[in-house]
This record gives sequence, C-alpha cells and structure tokens, in this order.
Amino acid sequence: MLKFPRLAIAPIACALWAVPADAGKLNLGREAKPVEVRAWDIDVRPDGQGLPDGKGTVSQGDALFQERCSACHGAFGEGIDRWPVLAGGRNSLKSERPEKTIGSYWPYLSTAYDYIYRAMPYGDAQSLTHDETYAILAYLLHMNDLVGKKFELNKSNFTSIRLPNEKNFIDDPRPDMPGRNMATICMTNCKSDVKITRRAAIIDVTPTDEKNPSASID
Amino acid sequence: MEQSSEKAMVSRRGLLKSVAAGGGALAAGSLGVHAMGNMENLPPNVADWSKILGEGVDARPYGTPSEHEKDVVRRHVRWLTASTESSINFTPLHDLEGIITPNGLCFERHHAGAAEVNPHDYRLMINGLVDKPLIFTLEDIKRFPRTNRIFFLECSANSGMEWRGAQLNGCQFTQGMIHCVEYTGVPLKLILEEAGLKPNAKWLMPEGGDAAGMNRSLPIHKALDDCLVAFKMNGEALRPEHGYPVRLVVPGWEGSMWVKWLRRIEVGDMPWHTREESSKYTDLMENGKSRRFTWVMDCKSVITNPSPQSPITHGKGHTVLSGLAWSGHGTIDRVDITLDGGKNWRTARIDGPSLPKALHRFYYDFEWDGSPLLMQSRAIDSSGYVQPTKNELRAVRGINSTYHNNGIQTWHVMKNGEIENVEIS
Ligand code: HEC
Repeated sequence: MLKFPRLAIAPIACALWAVPADAGKLNLGREAKPVEVRAWDIDVRPDGQGLPDGKGTVSQGDALFQERCSACHGAFGEGIDRWPVLAGGRNSLKSERPEKTIGSYWPYLSTAYDYIYRAMPYGDAQSLTHDETYAILAYLLHMNDLVGKKFELNKSNFTSIRLPNEKNFIDDPRPDMPGRNMATICMTNCKSDVKITRRAAIIDVTPTDEKNPSASID
Repeated sequence: MEQSSEKAMVSRRGLLKSVAAGGGALAAGSLGVHAMGNMENLPPNVADWSKILGEGVDARPYGTPSEHEKDVVRRHVRWLTASTESSINFTPLHDLEGIITPNGLCFERHHAGAAEVNPHDYRLMINGLVDKPLIFTLEDIKRFPRTNRIFFLECSANSGMEWRGAQLNGCQFTQGMIHCVEYTGVPLKLILEEAGLKPNAKWLMPEGGDAAGMNRSLPIHKALDDCLVAFKMNGEALRPEHGYPVRLVVPGWEGSMWVKWLRRIEVGDMPWHTREESSKYTDLMENGKSRRFTWVMDCKSVITNPSPQSPITHGKGHTVLSGLAWSGHGTIDRVDITLDGGKNWRTARIDGPSLPKALHRFYYDFEWDGSPLLMQSRAIDSSGYVQPTKNELRAVRGINSTYHNNGIQTWHVMKNGEIENVEIS
C-alpha cells in the first residue's frame, strides 16, 4: 500500500509563472568554447555582421549554380515545376500574380547569404564553401539584372549592394480592421438579403488540372 | 499511406454523391453501413465482442486508435508543394473535440523534412550578447524549474489559400494548420539568465537543428515574457515532426517562430531579417508594401462540425454544432453563431477551459428543419477585438497577403446534409 505524506498545500498565487522567477544562477550547462561557437554561428545580418571572408564571380557562380542548383531552380533561377523561382518578377508585386524573388521582393542580400549557406542545396545543407556562396550570390544578382557579368562579390563590397524592394517593408500596423468592435456588433436583422458569391473551386482537394491549381501556400 | 487516405476520401465523396442522388428520402440516418450496422450485433442479438476475449494487455504497447477511426489522420494536398519535405499537412479538426489535439494528429510543417535527432547528441548553444556563451545537454535543460502550459500553435498561412475566395472543401484543409497541446518546458527567461544578457541585448535568433536551419528574429520582450523551451507535449516527449527533443514555444505568435529541433539561440541588438521573415511570412499589400514582423495570430473561430468532411447524416432534428475559437491576444470572451448567413446571430456556449492563447471549444445546439443553412461563427476576444469577415480583410489588405487570414468561414448546408465551403454577400 502506498502512503502519502500529508502536505500543507499553500494556495498558489496567480503569478504568470508558477516557477521561481528569480531562481538565480543554477550553474547548469557548460561554457561554449570559441571554436564551437565559430563553427555553429553561421548567421549573417544586413549590416554585415557574421559575413565570413571570401569572394566569388558571376561566372564562377554560373558554373556552380548549374551543377548544384539548376536541377530545381532552373538554369537562370526561373524555377522548374513548383520549385522556387529565384530571379525575375520585377514590378510584379502590385499585379494579380506577384512573383517574389531575390530581385523583386527580398529586402536584403544578407538574407540570401544566410539562407543559401545554411539551407541549400536542398538536402545537402552546409556543403557550400564561403567562396562558393559568394559566387552563387553574384550569379543570382546577375540573373536579377542587379550587377554586370564581370562582377565579383566579396566581403568588403557586400553591404554596398542594396536590393530594390528594401524600402517597401513596413512594420506591422495591426489592428487594422476599422469599426469591428463589441459595441457596434449587430445581433438581429443585420441584413435583408444573402447570396452565395463564391463556392470552393476545388472539391475535396482534387483539382482537375494538377498543373494549374489556383492556390499555393507560398 | 497517402494512397489509402486518398481512397478513403474518394469513397466518402462517393458515399455523399449516392446520398445526394437518393434525395431526401435517403437523407435521414442512412449514410451507408455505419448507421445501418450489422444486424447480428444489434438488439435483440448479442454482439461477438460481448462473448469472446479481446486483445490482451501489451498487444499494442503504444496504443493506437480503433481501426474504425483510421480515416482520422493528418492529410496533405499533394499539388500544393514541390516535395513532401518542404510541405504542410493539416489537423483533422472536423473529427476532434475538446481543446487538446492528440500528438499524432498535430499538423506538420517542415522546410527540410522532420529531423531525427539523437537525444544524447542534442546540444543547445546560447551565444552572442551574453556574459558567458553556454552549451546545454537535454539533461541540463531538464534540470531547470519546469512549467506546464496549454497553447495553440497556428501557422500564419492557415486559411492562406482562401484569400482569393473559397478554395478547399474541408475544415481540415481551410483551417487545419493549428493544434493545441500542453507543453512541459522551461521558461526561456531562466535559460537566458543562466548565460547572462548584456544590457544591449534586444533580439534573439532561435535556430533549428534541421537541414533548413530554420531561423527567426524574436524580440527580447517576448522571450522574457512567456516563451518556453519545451521538451514534452501532452505529457510525452515531443514527436520528431514537432521538434524532438526540444522546441521553442512562442505563445500566441505565428507557428514559424516556434523553432523546432532548437540547436542555438543567438542574442543580438537588432533583427536578422532571415528568409522566413522577409521572403516568407511577410504580408504583401495591394499597394506593393509588405508588412513584416506580423507575429501575433489575431482572433479567429471556425465551426469544425458539421463541415464539408462531416456532413449532417442524421436528417432533421436536434443537431450539435461544434467549433473552435482562439486568439493570440488572450482568451475568447464570446462566440456568436448564425445559421442564416449573418441575418441573425446567437451566442454559443463556450465549454471547457478558457485559457489565454489556447483553443476554446464552443457548442451551439439547434433543431435542424432540413432547410439549407449558411453557418458562420464569429469570435470576440478578451481585448474586445471582433473576428472580421473575409471581405473586410480584403478591403484593407487585398488578396495577395497570403498570411494572417482570420476571416469568418461560411459553410453552406444543403438539404441532403452535404456541406460546401462558400462565401456570401
Ligand atoms: C532538390 C531541389 C533543390 C536544389 C538542388 C536546390 N534548391 Fe533551393 N530550394 C528548394 C526548395 C524546396 C526550397 C524551399 C524550401 C522551403 O520550403 O523552405 C528552396 C529555396 C531556395 C531559396 C529561397 C527561395 C525563396 O523564394 O524564398 C533560395 C535562394 C535557394 N533555394 C537557392 C538555392 C541554391 C543557391 C541552390 C544551389 C546551391 C539550391 N537552392 C539548390 C529546392 C532546391
């Protein structure tokens, strides 16, 4: 038979955390060695923090891109089938079908460095050298008509490259729904006529034309 | 797996078609075998399971649902993405009740597949603007004071396909990028304090240990407020697809910030503008401007059942309407229901726990007279925010914003009990 000690259960204060908020140092974990931090700290920021030494030209990038990237993204970054498009799409953002690419949409080049080095090629992440990453980026800039074909990208000219859509990013302005509040909410006889205006285009999620579905999760 | 679930879907559809073809006479309590049953199991007969022994203990050391529930699974939409490792599937909301999602049914979203991490080789590094960069093992993390909290996690692309109009016929597909579980974990604050934040520490960059190295910028005020470094969900270890062994919990904020397989947190003084907060997870407006750092998931609700995948099969009479409501700003104060497309509204009954940044379950019981219905739910959260209609959202944001579609969902119930996803005037 189990015996439980009698505990005096104190009422628990309605604090955000039921755990000690000022536990102080618990001496858990160990110090990370500089060599460990350097190996894992791969992120790059718009101001250039985190950029490694290295360089690469458009033509070096072209060769690498064809070998390591074009099977999915196409020879010019145009994207094959449903794989992402990496070039083009300029002036499409206000259109019916915006095409978001490094040239048309991304605010910072550092984002592309950070992402390609950490995540591409898809399924073989962190296999590119820094020189290779610079070269591929130079090629992608060229495919987006942002640099000439003789261009070399390196650590020192990196932050001087600005992407065209940078100024079009704004911070979250929500709440942005005017007039929706509890005081004005209608409960009875709120409208006289109701019509169905749209029906699910895709019944049971099996589009008849698999090549041209009308939706994407982006 | 994929094939069999697709077949299941097709057959359900066939079933509905035949009901529809049979007209009204068939509608009441006749949705095929299930309702009819096997006469030998029905009174006055005695079913086999009442006579013979069932499976012994340990027949299924890790329990699995009844074979009759095999259609209650996550499903994905094959044509949506180029590969299943960079894809999404959906929680079967129409088949679930209460506020807790079973672990095996919590939707998945990966950018490079679900990493398989060996817990013995798991390490979490904290570096950047800290007094002392640290490395923790899983065991270290489990030695911090723990807490248990229930939160919803919603992908900000949930309902994203519906910006251009009703698209997908099923609550699972239009609203299923959400789940709600109880997490066990350590307040992120305690882990950061262990490393010691420098005075200019303003942002964090949590980073995943998967092959996407998923990284996002998290402002320090949120990190110190209610974020958790979690290692259990619903009492058991996180599932690999949800970040085993350790994930970040960022209550009320979009799912992509809840970094899975958490391998590193860098502390900095400005945001990183990573791919997942610039190329993706930014909201493009009609004028070409894009909103960034749209973190909070606004108040939303949906009728989960009846819905297109769960038609009304019992015909006229007493009907239970069940649904979910949630808000990244707090709790749900009220949910209203309309059956006539918004002419008249009634307040639903919220049942079960009402916790901040968690799912809320609501019910509305009514007598169905067999006539067509246009059903909607509208939630109001503790901040007084009222869930908008889809057209109200479009009027402000256009149709290309992809993310944060928390508009009111309409289900059209037809005479035969079938239900479709529609939009109304
Ligand atoms: C096997 C196919 C494949 C290969 C090869 C590949 N990628 Fe990708 N790439 C993808 C997929 C899939 C994604 C989207 C991943 C996700 O869901 O997050 C992607 C995303 C990207 C993106 C971000 C696109 C956006 O709009 O956000 C860039 C940039 C990129 N890849 C560059 C490269 C480069 C450079 C290479 C070669 C070094 C490469 N990729 C090789 C499949 C591939």
